[in-house]
Amino acid sequence: MNLDGKKITLHDMCLRDGMHPKQHQISIAQMVAVATSLDAAGVPLIEVTHGDGLGGASVNYGFPAHSDEEYLRAVIPKLRRAKVSALLLPGIGTVEHLKLAHDCGVATIRVATHCTEADVSEQHISAARKLGLDTVGFLMMAHMIGPDDLARQGKLMEDYGANCIYCTDSAGYMLPDDVSARVKALRAVLKPGTEVGFHGHHNMAMGIANSLAAVEAGAGRIDGSAAGLGAGAGNTPLEVFNAVATRMGIQTGVDVFRLMDVAEDLVVPMMDHPIRIDRDALILGYAGVYSSFLLFAKRAGAKYGVSSADILVELGRLKTVGGQEDMIEDLAINMARAKKSA
Amino acid sequence: MAKIKAALIGSGNIGTDLMYKALRSPWIEPTWMVGIDAASDGLAKAREKGLSTTAAGVDGLLPHLKKGGIRIAFDATSAYVHPENARKLQENGVVVIDLTPAAIGPYCVPSVNLSEHVGKGEMNVNMVSCGGQATIPIVAAVSRVQAVAYAEIVATVASRSAGPGTRKNIDEFTRTTASGIEKVGGARRGKAIIILNPAEPPLIMRDVVHCLTEDEPDREAIRASILAMITEVQKYVPGYQLKNGPVFDGKRVSTYLEVAGLGDYLPRYAGNLDIMTAAALRTGELIAEEMTGGRFEPVKRAS
Repeated sequence: MNLDGKKITLHDMCLRDGMHPKQHQISIAQMVAVATSLDAAGVPLIEVTHGDGLGGASVNYGFPAHSDEEYLRAVIPKLRRAKVSALLLPGIGTVEHLKLAHDCGVATIRVATHCTEADVSEQHISAARKLGLDTVGFLMMAHMIGPDDLARQGKLMEDYGANCIYCTDSAGYMLPDDVSARVKALRAVLKPGTEVGFHGHHNMAMGIANSLAAVEAGAGRIDGSAAGLGAGAGNTPLEVFNAVATRMGIQTGVDVFRLMDVAEDLVVPMMDHPIRIDRDALILGYAGVYSSFLLFAKRAGAKYGVSSADILVELGRLKTVGGQEDMIEDLAINMARAKKSA
Repeated sequence: MAKIKAALIGSGNIGTDLMYKALRSPWIEPTWMVGIDAASDGLAKAREKGLSTTAAGVDGLLPHLKKGGIRIAFDATSAYVHPENARKLQENGVVVIDLTPAAIGPYCVPSVNLSEHVGKGEMNVNMVSCGGQATIPIVAAVSRVQAVAYAEIVATVASRSAGPGTRKNIDEFTRTTASGIEKVGGARRGKAIIILNPAEPPLIMRDVVHCLTEDEPDREAIRASILAMITEVQKYVPGYQLKNGPVFDGKRVSTYLEVAGLGDYLPRYAGNLDIMTAAALRTGELIAEEMTGGRFEPVKRAS
C-alpha cells in the first residue's frame, strides 16, 4: 500500500466517544488537560460533548458530570491551534443545542444519523451551514447497508449542506474491503470539494487497518482516540495510527512522540477499566452491535442474572440501531423471565 | 342524527390512516381530503371511499367549506405549514385539530385531559405527537400519585412509518413532546428522544417512559395507577400494551410499552400512526358531540 505524501486530518474522539467508557464522568480538569495536550501535539480537531452528542444527558444514556456547555466553555478558550467539534444526533439533540455549541465556539458540527436515515438531518445540517460551521454528515452503523445505498444517503447530506461525509463503523464490524468499498462509493458520488471521513471502532482490532484502507480509498479525515478511549473496545488508537501513518509517509502534522505521551500519561490513567477487546467487545464487532451498548449490557446482565454476551447477540439479531439503549434492560428482563420459567 | 362533516388536511400516512378511522365514527363524517400531490396514494384511497379531494392544498378546499358544511378539519401536514392552514380554516369558522407538532393550541391527550377540553370552545387543539400520545398517559399516571421531578421518553418507530413530514419536523417532535410531558404529564421537567429503526420486518412502535420521582416511589400505588391508565388508553388504541415494568430502581420508575396499530392504512407495526389518529378522532368526536348538541361556543381570543 503506497500512501506516501497523502495529507489527512486526524480527529480525536477521547473526550466524546471516550465519555462512554467513562460513563460520561470525565471531569472539567481532565477535559482541559487532555485537550490542551492534544493541541500541543498538533492534533487539529478534538471532539467534546456527551458520548451521545449534544443533549445526550438523559436517563437513557446517562447523566454527565457536567453539561455540554460547561465542557465546551472550559476547553475551547484554552486551545491555541486545535478546533473543537461537537456531535449531534437528530432525535436526541436539536438545532437549539447546535446554536448553543456554536455560541461556545465550536468550529465543526457533526450531524449523525443511522446510515439509512439521512433525511432526518436536513434541519440540523442546513442550520450548521448557515452558521458557517464546518459541517459533517456522520452515517452511523454503515456496515448495515451496501456501498451504493450509503453513497445515496451521503449525497442527501451533501445536498443539505454538509462539506464532509463520514462512513462510520459504529459497531467495529467492518473489514478493510468493506471500508474501501464504502469510501470509494461515497467519493464517486460526492463533489470533489466534499471531504470523506472514516470513524472506526477497534472491536475486531481493525481500527488501524480500516483507517489505512479508508485513506487509500480517498478519505481525508480519520477519527481515532488517544489510547483508544471510546465505546466498545475503543476507537482506532490515535497515537498508534499516527505512528503507522507517519512511517508510511502520510502527512498528519501530529507529533508522534507527544501524542504517545498524551495517551500514556494522561488518558490511560483516566480509564475506569482497561480498554481492550474482551469477549463482549468482540461480540459487538462480530455481531455488528452499536459499541456504546457494551457497558449497558454488562450492567443489565449483572442486575438481572443473565449473560451480557447473550444480550449483545440478541441486540444484533434484532438489528438495533444507535441510541436504542432502552432495549437493553427490557431484553434483560425478558431473558431473566424466560430463564426462570425454563 | 346527522354527523358533523370534517376535512382531512394532508394525504400522507397519518391523514390516510385517520380517514379509515373517521369513516367508522358515529359522530364525524369525513367528506374531503386535501393533498398537494395529485398522484398521492392517500388521495386515491380517499376518492375510492367517496371523499372529495383536492391537490391544491388548503386553498383548494376553502371555496367548498361553506356549501360543504365542513365544521372540523384535522391537519396532518407539517409544523411548517400548519399555522397558515389553521389561520385560513379558523377564519371560516372551522375548528382545527392539529396533528402536527406546531402546537398553537392547547394539548389534548384524551386519556389524561379530554374532559378539560369540554365546553372550552377551543378553535385549535393540538395532539402533541405520536410519542407524546403513547407516553404522556404514563407520566400522568405516575404524577397523579406523587411528584415527578423529571420524565424522559424514548419512542422508537419503524422507519417506514415515519413519513417526510415527521422527518423534516424531528426537532419539533422532541420539543413539543417534552413540553407535553410537562404540561399534560405533570413532570417538572420533560425530555423526549425519538429513534427510527429500519429493520425488516418493521418493529412495532416501542415507547419507554422513565420517571424520576421527587421522593421514594410508592411502588404499589404507582403500579396500580399505571395499569389503570393503560386500560384507559386501550379503549381507543387496543394494541397499547405494557411489555415490562414498572421497574423501580431508586427514584427511577421505568415503563416499557409497545403500541400495535389496527392496520387501517399501514400494517400493525405502525402503532405510532394509530395512537395519533385515534386520539385525534376521539378529540374530534368530543367537539362534534358538542356541536351536534348545540353546545359548542367558539372561544373569543384577542389575538
